[in-house]
Amino acid sequence: MLVKINGQEYEVDQGTTILQIAREKGIYIPTLCYLERVSPIGSCGLCVVEVEGQDELVQACNTYVEDGMVINTDTPSVKAARKAALEKILEKHPLDCPVCDKAGECKLQDLVYELGYEERISHKVVGIPLLKEPPVSYSTPGIKYYPSRCVLCQRCVTICSEYVGREVLVVNEEGDKPRIEPLYADRCISCGECLAVCPVGALTENVSPLKVRPWQKKVSRTVCPYCGVGCVLELNVGDNRVVKVTVDESIPPNYGTLCVKGRFGFEFINSEKRLKRPLIRKNDEFQEVSWDEALDFVAEKLTAIKESAGPDAIAGLASAKCTNEDNYVFQKFMRAVIGTNNVDHCARL
Amino acid sequence: MTNSLADIEEAEVILVIGSNTTENHPVFGMKLRRLARRKGTRIIVADPRKIDLTEDAFLYLPIKPGTDIALINGMMNVILREGLHDEDFIAEHTEGFDEFRKVVEKYTPEYVAEITGVSSSDIEKAARLYGSAQRASIIYCMGITQHTKGTNNVKSLANLALLCGNIGKPGTGINPLRGQNNVQGACDMGGLPATYPGYQQVANDEIRKKFEDAWGVKLSGKVGLTVVEMGDAALSGDVKAFYVMGENPILSDPNLHHLEEALQKLEFLVVQDIFFTDTCKYAHAVLPAAAYAEKDGTFTNTERRVQRVRRALNPPGEARDDWWILCEVARRMGYEMSYKNSEEIFEELRKLTPQYAGITYKRIETVGIQWPCPTEDHPGTPILHVGKIARGKGLFTPIEYKPPVEQPDEEYTFILTTGRNYYHYHTGTMTRQCMVCNFYVPEPYLEMNPDDARELGLNDGDAVKVCSRRGEIELKVKLSSRMKRGEVFSTFHFSEARVNLLTGSELDPISKIPEFKVTAVKVVKP
Repeated sequence: MLVKINGQEYEVDQGTTILQIAREKGIYIPTLCYLERVSPIGSCGLCVVEVEGQDELVQACNTYVEDGMVINTDTPSVKAARKAALEKILEKHPLDCPVCDKAGECKLQDLVYELGYEERISHKVVGIPLLKEPPVSYSTPGIKYYPSRCVLCQRCVTICSEYVGREVLVVNEEGDKPRIEPLYADRCISCGECLAVCPVGALTENVSPLKVRPWQKKVSRTVCPYCGVGCVLELNVGDNRVVKVTVDESIPPNYGTLCVKGRFGFEFINSEKRLKRPLIRKNDEFQEVSWDEALDFVAEKLTAIKESAGPDAIAGLASAKCTNEDNYVFQKFMRAVIGTNNVDHCARL
Repeated sequence: MTNSLADIEEAEVILVIGSNTTENHPVFGMKLRRLARRKGTRIIVADPRKIDLTEDAFLYLPIKPGTDIALINGMMNVILREGLHDEDFIAEHTEGFDEFRKVVEKYTPEYVAEITGVSSSDIEKAARLYGSAQRASIIYCMGITQHTKGTNNVKSLANLALLCGNIGKPGTGINPLRGQNNVQGACDMGGLPATYPGYQQVANDEIRKKFEDAWGVKLSGKVGLTVVEMGDAALSGDVKAFYVMGENPILSDPNLHHLEEALQKLEFLVVQDIFFTDTCKYAHAVLPAAAYAEKDGTFTNTERRVQRVRRALNPPGEARDDWWILCEVARRMGYEMSYKNSEEIFEELRKLTPQYAGITYKRIETVGIQWPCPTEDHPGTPILHVGKIARGKGLFTPIEYKPPVEQPDEEYTFILTTGRNYYHYHTGTMTRQCMVCNFYVPEPYLEMNPDDARELGLNDGDAVKVCSRRGEIELKVKLSSRMKRGEVFSTFHFSEARVNLLTGSELDPISKIPEFKVTAVKVVKP
């Protein structure tokens, strides 16, 4: 079927939303609450567009296209409605950006900047208390929850129930201000999916003591070191420490999802207990030695045993934790240098 | 896996057997949960424990530990009886059917119910679900393999898939979930006693010649020892030195008293690791290695996807890449081995490993490729056995049920199964350094059915002593309704209560895997 967006005609499939078509065709519509992985939430009101023949503006995220629909995404009334929606959010959101961990990667910050509402901020919004309320306890120690920064977009609630299937979070309508609450905290599996989708600094990472601004950190894409699913993740590193783990939703096999270990199990990397220097047992005690001394010692010992008892008197365990390259070199070492096939690893354990 | 993590979405029915997926492969477990809830995919869970996934399962089969073969034979008996098998597929793509059929005939649902503890009507239900689905997938893990009949368990699952033609298509297959980030890769790379990289046999003269030419040295054609056999050989004095890279056998191996003795007897033990593990205590030299976050290279996941690992930060102190350390020792032993970087190693290994031949770092810069990938213009292989079974014909193997080696008796009344939990990983070397993981599970525990606990006069959190015929440990009891009566569970994450002091070293004769899933124990107050 055919639709017209901003005067241009497009061939589209039934069952797609206006937002999906617009994104596919490169037509920009701002959103705050929208998440591709779950059904449309429709809480922020930023994606409104005009459909000819309809009195009211419609939300692009949850309106399905119909044959012959004429859509305008950039009219004065659309602009005014978006502005009003953003103002409504800003009236409740503290402008504590200087102390907020999210600054620089905050969706709300980006939207304000992008849609240019400086005049509103200057006369109306500035002046609200910076942070009305300290962080409160959440369903996992991996996350710090600042309720006063919450814009009630409900991304967290929706991803937890629809995508993770745990249904930990609810919107509590009681009291003077509705808020998100981890009502079923005992069902939480600390996967941190809510943290990943929070567009503002309401949910922030609580594991790393060191925080860095986005422009101060290096982000490296790598693979999780735990189970065999092999989730692709991004280590956010500042000052040679892992400060956070993020994910790219477009990359298989996990497409943005992680579990507790992938998201929060990174402290071992920078642990003080890491081995830092080679150790040799001397008089029944371990002593730090130079690499040269350690390597000479290992080579001498192995050579002596190989010569006296034969290569099959030596056995080696490769590792399911090490890279393919490490394992290749390990078995080559055992086979070509030692001369034995006594090489195995913990595949059976 | 014969199939991919993604194409499970096309399955109508998923049989999850011996896999606690939501705890051990959580991201894939979430996907199963989502498919059941949002798409109506019917999940059958067969497991001794009423694991989390049973919440979303269409059918739960509370099987007795070690009776998997009987269960699968029983399902196949029903499938054959009701004509739910795929006759065309069997005729065209398989062999050995008649002999197989004869064995299965004996396994009526009633007979199997006695062995497995699963009701005959549930066995029939499971058979009809799997047998009538257009596409059904089998997911399994160590609950299938860690038995003295592990190899036969897997072959039984292969029988089931062949019987219904559930192979070579999206949403089907026989899919082991590999437990560790690069266990697939370590096997692919020849970290095994019988095979060079790419599962090429060391005993094959032609293959050996290929590696001798590539490495410029004469090689041994004698198949080596597996991990548990290495311990035995150390104890007998045949093996005098161990080189251990990134493993902690003193927690992960079975029958630890035996292994402790073996390690003490070694003339030389060198351990290369990121932490001073319990295994290091027995070492003569300990070499500091870089962790995954400090390395460049590749890991291969459970669906055979080769993915890039990138150095995100510098290793602490003087810790170095594992391959660098090995090259330095090799050089000092008179064998020149040096590489500029991990990519140079990968370039060498892909020339010797047919399945990896077409993969380059450049090609997997953004998205990994699934092997086999024979040439640089090959897209990789998400599904194996498409159109034709790789070995020519799918082989039916007639398999009889035999009970586990260890059985409870009057003294050792409980069956202990071991495994991992969601918050920790393997021997705890990494996760026990992590705040969130320790917050939820700070200490070892023994899961026990509340009725059993009541009979023993135990309350939740009470200290207990668990003894097997080989050893004993002390830990707290955790009452859990997901345990059946007469069965207890613990994890091997904790060095303060090493559950593998209890487990036995009876092995599967082919895979040489220990029977971690069935140990007879008694539980007493300390």
